Amino acid sequence: MTYIAKPKFRHPDLEPNARGFTRRDYEGKVSTLCAGCGHDSISAAIIQAVYELDLEPHRIAKMSGIGCSSKTPDYFLGASHGFNSVHGRMPSVLTGANLANRDLIYMGVSGDGDSASIGLGQFAHSIRRGVNMVYIVENNGVYGLTKGQFSATSDKGSKSKRGVVNHDAPIDMVGLALQLGATYVARSFSGDKAQLVPLIKGAILHHGAAFIDCISPCVAFNNHDGSTKSYDYVREHNEAVNRLDVITGRAPIKLDQEPGTLALVQQHDGSTLRLRKIHADYDPGDRLEAMSYLAQRAAEGEIVTGLLYVDPEAQDHHDYLGTVATPLNQLQSEDLIPSASALDKINESLR
Amino acid sequence: MPDSVTRDASAKTDPSQTQAATVVNDFVVKFANVNGSGSASANGLFAKSILRMGVPIAARNIFPSNIQGLPTWYEVRVSEAGWLGRRGGVDLMVAMNPQTWAEDVRAIEPGFYLFHDTTKPLPPSMARDDIRVIGAPLTRICNETYSDPRQRQLFKNIMYVGALAALLGVPDTVVEQLLKEEFAAKPKLIDANLNAFHLGRDYADKNIAPIHLRLRASDKIGDRIFVEGNSACALGAVYGGATVCAWYPITPSTSLAEAFADHCKKLRTDPETKKAKYAIVQAEDEIASIGIVIGAGWNGARAFTCTSGPGVSLMQEFIGLSYFAEIPAVIFDVQRGGPSTGMPTRTQQSDLLSAAYASHGDTKHPMLFPCDPAECFEMGAQAFDLADRLQTTIFVMLDLDIGMNEWLCAPFKWDDKKTLDRGKVMTREELEAGRDFGRYLDVDGDGIAYRTYPGTHPSKGAYFTRGTSRDRYARYSEEGSVYVDNMQRLLRKFDTAKSLVPAPIRRDATRRTPYGVIYFGSTTPAMHEALDALERQGRHLNALRIRGFPFSDEVFEFIRAHEQVFVVEQNRDAQLRTLLINEGGIHPTRLTPVLHYDGTPITARFITAEIAGQMKSIETMPTPEKAQ
Repeated sequence: MTYIAKPKFRHPDLEPNARGFTRRDYEGKVSTLCAGCGHDSISAAIIQAVYELDLEPHRIAKMSGIGCSSKTPDYFLGASHGFNSVHGRMPSVLTGANLANRDLIYMGVSGDGDSASIGLGQFAHSIRRGVNMVYIVENNGVYGLTKGQFSATSDKGSKSKRGVVNHDAPIDMVGLALQLGATYVARSFSGDKAQLVPLIKGAILHHGAAFIDCISPCVAFNNHDGSTKSYDYVREHNEAVNRLDVITGRAPIKLDQEPGTLALVQQHDGSTLRLRKIHADYDPGDRLEAMSYLAQRAAEGEIVTGLLYVDPEAQDHHDYLGTVATPLNQLQSEDLIPSASALDKINESLR
Repeated sequence: MPDSVTRDASAKTDPSQTQAATVVNDFVVKFANVNGSGSASANGLFAKSILRMGVPIAARNIFPSNIQGLPTWYEVRVSEAGWLGRRGGVDLMVAMNPQTWAEDVRAIEPGFYLFHDTTKPLPPSMARDDIRVIGAPLTRICNETYSDPRQRQLFKNIMYVGALAALLGVPDTVVEQLLKEEFAAKPKLIDANLNAFHLGRDYADKNIAPIHLRLRASDKIGDRIFVEGNSACALGAVYGGATVCAWYPITPSTSLAEAFADHCKKLRTDPETKKAKYAIVQAEDEIASIGIVIGAGWNGARAFTCTSGPGVSLMQEFIGLSYFAEIPAVIFDVQRGGPSTGMPTRTQQSDLLSAAYASHGDTKHPMLFPCDPAECFEMGAQAFDLADRLQTTIFVMLDLDIGMNEWLCAPFKWDDKKTLDRGKVMTREELEAGRDFGRYLDVDGDGIAYRTYPGTHPSKGAYFTRGTSRDRYARYSEEGSVYVDNMQRLLRKFDTAKSLVPAPIRRDATRRTPYGVIYFGSTTPAMHEALDALERQGRHLNALRIRGFPFSDEVFEFIRAHEQVFVVEQNRDAQLRTLLINEGGIHPTRLTPVLHYDGTPITARFITAEIAGQMKSIETMPTPEKAQ
């Protein structure tokens, strides 16, 4: 966390997007994370995704818990409101914020300690409620801020920098998200921006609970031999099932020349997810298939990445609750306070 | 804690020999039942029929943490004089539960009545020769009349209501009218219930000799209503503009959230779209509940949770965040017997300290103390204005006694001119006009800074909310002076709260007196009755009812103006007294605790006896001069 603001000067040729914002307008303060930290790449990917989608920064709310990953919302989207809340409790705070104003975009950034250990319950319940959000777990399998303890996503048998071996079974956040009913589930790698940026864009445009598990190596405590979350390990064992392009409703949709390897998914808001399939038999519209495929590949030691599941017809928490279209925080006294005569009727019924 | 003062009733002599003078509209009827047996609606019918006769009652459920098969009691105090606290003692015990025979029979005042199901004879060991035993063969009549086992059970309850109506003098028309209202949607049930009622009434008319307890129609109800505090709080939340409720089931607060859902369905559904102008989430636990409330409050919606002591314990970390990051939240704490699971279905006022100073570090939180459902409504609405105004957590501290029992109280009042006070929120226009925005900048000297809602302006007014130290412009800082500056401002804000929370209410004695008494919440009706009884004994006390925390100066002036002040509360450790000592720098010897904490609501008899006893010992204590 820092109070060092980035200098305001900018290159005169920085290209503005359709809303007139340059990439600079989406940046935050100077990161205080270690040089080479995967999390900073994810922040950069978020900035690029939001820039490319032409979003106004103030229409986004950044939410986080506690930990290295939870510090990052200070390092992107400086013109957005942010809330660095309580360890493991970002999902409930985000849920409440979303209930108050359904019109903003909610970006929850968390880590594996924050979401798989202390906050596993809140992670699970926000997903099963279908809160309309982008939930990114910056997964490095380690507690960085307290200097290198195992988290709940550390692989069984993996070795800490101090030589301690982890005997506890790992929690697979993607598997859990699928089981809990997330309607957009992806996994990516902080070192693969080309894959990550479109996945974040798709998640932002998704109407429902979108979850991205992003492997993000910790250069300080979990990037050594024996770690399954190191840059080298992930590069060697990454198995991408597809490559995603996101086309917003505003842009014309171009059909790819190779129909056999292309799947188009139309989302609620009119955006199109264009999936270039690397594995032709992988169907991201089938939750059960996705779960079984993941399990099979995991048994082979492979980390499956890409858009693993999407339900383009998803509903969100507000749909389930049947709330009015106007954000609840914009309802005024006349919308909310019943009359004195309504109260008199209630009094009458209590006599 | 025995209710040791016996009543100076006329019937202390051998009941079988004397004809006691008739007691009209001033007695206690207690129903001993098995829970899950359907007795609640029959007992409620009995209570309401007395109200319809224009006679005040105080009705209380005493129930176990269980769904079926354990003892449960319903106590109806009839009081023409309008005393609504528990009196103590029972004049007519309707003993329908063999499990609790012994204690039920023991509770009857000498000379008064045991009513039982005479299908089986009384066990001889239970006999008391100083009480009068009456009854009806309820089971036998039911078995002869009904073949369905459920009907046999349910109508047995209505049947004893019929018998009591005959004995006490409740007109049939009153009961008929109530049944018609109750079963308006299911008219078949009106006749079925009336039949059972008549069976009981006719049996009593023919077979039971008149008793000396009597109900007589009166006009002491006025426009008062009969309602549970939890429902009143929920209605207050609706009128207070709450749109988000996140909660986790816990006795005795569950019915508050459920009542909010019921009220909202009727009052907050958009008539055209049928969409909800509210959102209710039953969260996975109390931590998530308060997290949702804080997220919604941060984003400009009025949000609350309702819980009890164990829930407040779980919410501690978030409450500290609300204090330090200055986010509005409302918590209704319906207190019960603690610690731990304690006595989950019994009442106490034992969360004062855990709420006042909830969370780690230096924190304090405003609290409101309603004394009845009418104030639950009023403070339930006010809490949301205060939360927005003070940008912090506001506790509404009621308890099981107020929350889960129907109380006779003043009708709910609302002024249509009232609007929501959203506190200091900087608008897009103000930001656009270049007004300086510092999230933690005390521009008015009251310790309260301006906030912005997320999404207000494309380039101005955004800030990063965090539980870590930051400067006046919300920039992260670990500078000691910056931290102290902020903590001092939070104290100024707490000082501002003093004048915003409800002021105490003073009741002076008829004569000048060195004695004072401080009380709050559900103790109020019993306290008022005790003050009346003490006054009749020639013991005068000025009384102050506390309604808000932080305490106003008036509270400490009251203490200073009296030589000895009793502090009456329903917990073991004298928590209000501790708060008074701590916040006002009061010398502990000036405050004498009067404590009732067995889980039952405090009684007038108890308070009277305790204070009279204490006063006696103070008066007989040798003064230093005399000792020489």
